[in-house]
Amino acid sequence: MKNTAVQCRHLDKVFKQGQLSVNALSGIDIEINTGEFLCLSGPSGSGKTTLLNMVGGLDRPTAGEISVSGQRLDTMTSEQLADLRLHRIGFVFQAYNLIPVLSARENVEFVMQLQGIEESQRHSQAVEILDQVGLTGLENRRPAELSGGQQQRVAVARAIVSRPDLVLADEPTANLDSANSDNLMELMRELNSSSGTTFIISTHDEDVMKFAKRLVRLHDGRIVGDESVER
Amino acid sequence: MISRIAWRNLWRNHRRSLIMLSAISLGVWGMIWMTALMRGMVDQMIDSSIKTLSGHIQIHAPGYIDDPSIEYLLPPLNKSPALQKLLASDEVVAWSERLRVPAVIRSERDVYAVTLVGIDPVRERGLSFIAESITQGSYLSSVIDNKLLLGRKLVERLETRINRRVVLMSQDPDNNIAERGFRIGGIFETDLQATETAYVFAGIETVRKLLKVGPGVSEISLLGQDYRNLDSLLEKTRSAASNADVKTWLQIDPYMASILAVMDGFVLVWFIVIFLALSFGLVNTLMMAVFERTREIGLIQALGMKPSYILLMILIESIAMLLIGLLAGNILSWLTILPVKDGIDVSAVASGLEWVGISSTLLPAVKVHDVVMANAVVLVLGILASLFPAWRASRKVPIEAITRVWQ
Repeated sequence: MKNTAVQCRHLDKVFKQGQLSVNALSGIDIEINTGEFLCLSGPSGSGKTTLLNMVGGLDRPTAGEISVSGQRLDTMTSEQLADLRLHRIGFVFQAYNLIPVLSARENVEFVMQLQGIEESQRHSQAVEILDQVGLTGLENRRPAELSGGQQQRVAVARAIVSRPDLVLADEPTANLDSANSDNLMELMRELNSSSGTTFIISTHDEDVMKFAKRLVRLHDGRIVGDESVER
Repeated sequence: MISRIAWRNLWRNHRRSLIMLSAISLGVWGMIWMTALMRGMVDQMIDSSIKTLSGHIQIHAPGYIDDPSIEYLLPPLNKSPALQKLLASDEVVAWSERLRVPAVIRSERDVYAVTLVGIDPVRERGLSFIAESITQGSYLSSVIDNKLLLGRKLVERLETRINRRVVLMSQDPDNNIAERGFRIGGIFETDLQATETAYVFAGIETVRKLLKVGPGVSEISLLGQDYRNLDSLLEKTRSAASNADVKTWLQIDPYMASILAVMDGFVLVWFIVIFLALSFGLVNTLMMAVFERTREIGLIQALGMKPSYILLMILIESIAMLLIGLLAGNILSWLTILPVKDGIDVSAVASGLEWVGISSTLLPAVKVHDVVMANAVVLVLGILASLFPAWRASRKVPIEAITRVWQ
């Protein structure tokens, strides 16, 4: 029997813009099992990012329940959410993904340091994971000295280095060329297979969707398709 | 890691950080420098006042302050062993007995009212200005020295000169005229013209002989270790001279006392005014730094950094900037005060200041407590000023901070 990594029940999110109310998410019900490699797809404004924000504890739902690794996010305080993000969730953003004043290795170590892992262990784990994502020799470079693809690899390394239950990636290939995009997606697939970490990736790129094991389609804040992809 | 990020963030915008550091350094330099000059000026005024016969503490016979005549004399010291013991202690740096009476001095051409002061020339040397102010002739050699010491201005007004004879008149205890001719043996010059015209000095035994009085004295003046800290010495003096009227220089010269109090308040106001100017720059710099890093702060919050750590990170950045600025400001102050420690010639702009006891050479006086206070004001208020931008940064909602990235 598979464990549930993420569960959303009757999830609604309404954004207020002056007098206007915009339903970003309406009645989302979804269950994502541990170890899945899931793509959220849909056009701009469909609610992909909003759903990822909810699952990552970066934003709160207007109504409904949301659980990650069995913990209810919608009832947590800001400090508790920060703690959950630190220990259970890895993030890969579209851009501005790294702390510019830290080197690649320090960026990877950052989360581990917040977790209180001792320096020698931090260091060896960071070097190992950077090697795993193909960045050996670039550990001491700062983000500005790395290409876009290399920066995203550092971000992926940081997201998985402390073995989170869940990695959330929002349009991770949006700023990459197709070759780098494929490389990054292959890397994440490999990590998903080898570590069993659950990946949720939002995208509207068909080339990215082809890497998904499960494809959830959103439109106007509703789930309009949910299919397993056979390979 | 938080300290490392804060430190590196400080140098992300070199120009802005350097401008802010320069502002802090110059602010601290201004605080220390101006305070050193003001303290030096006040020290000179106080020193001048203390040396102009007041000393730190004065002992008089009861009634003398209201009527400074020959009727009110203190008994000889040998009749007060407790006072003798106190005067011989380490707490008293110098002391001297004086016989002071109103008198009239007359030359061939003019007559002036003065205060005749009989002094012990040896004891007086370390206590008042007289010995070091003789510019013509010589200082008194002993308590029985028969010559007079007059101020330059008084000599000019009497239209007389060194070695000429003048006549002194006063009243003896029986209210009879006591009169005698003296030779002018020395002329003294001071910053204050009023001092030059007010006093005439002679050996104390010579004055006693003139006035036909015994071994009593009008006053005993003494110097303690520190003019600002006289409470203990005052208490002991009052105890040792229980029947006498004991006053500190602050009580004898209330004008100087008020200047001292005003100056202390002025220093604090000066510090705060400079800091206020500084704080706008500091808060603005930090607000800009926080604003520019909105998305970055959102990112590190998304990664799990707690709001309290973000507040700490911005504060560390601010404290690092303040400490570097303070260090530079203190070094700058030291480097600029050191070359002028022997005095700054302000004669070109300070004409007339001698009337309030300030000489034409201004000696900067750096007081440890002023330096500590300048640094403490900048550091403590600087941290307080940084709390607002730091708090703003820590209260950012992650999703709002990184919205621009995610959508």
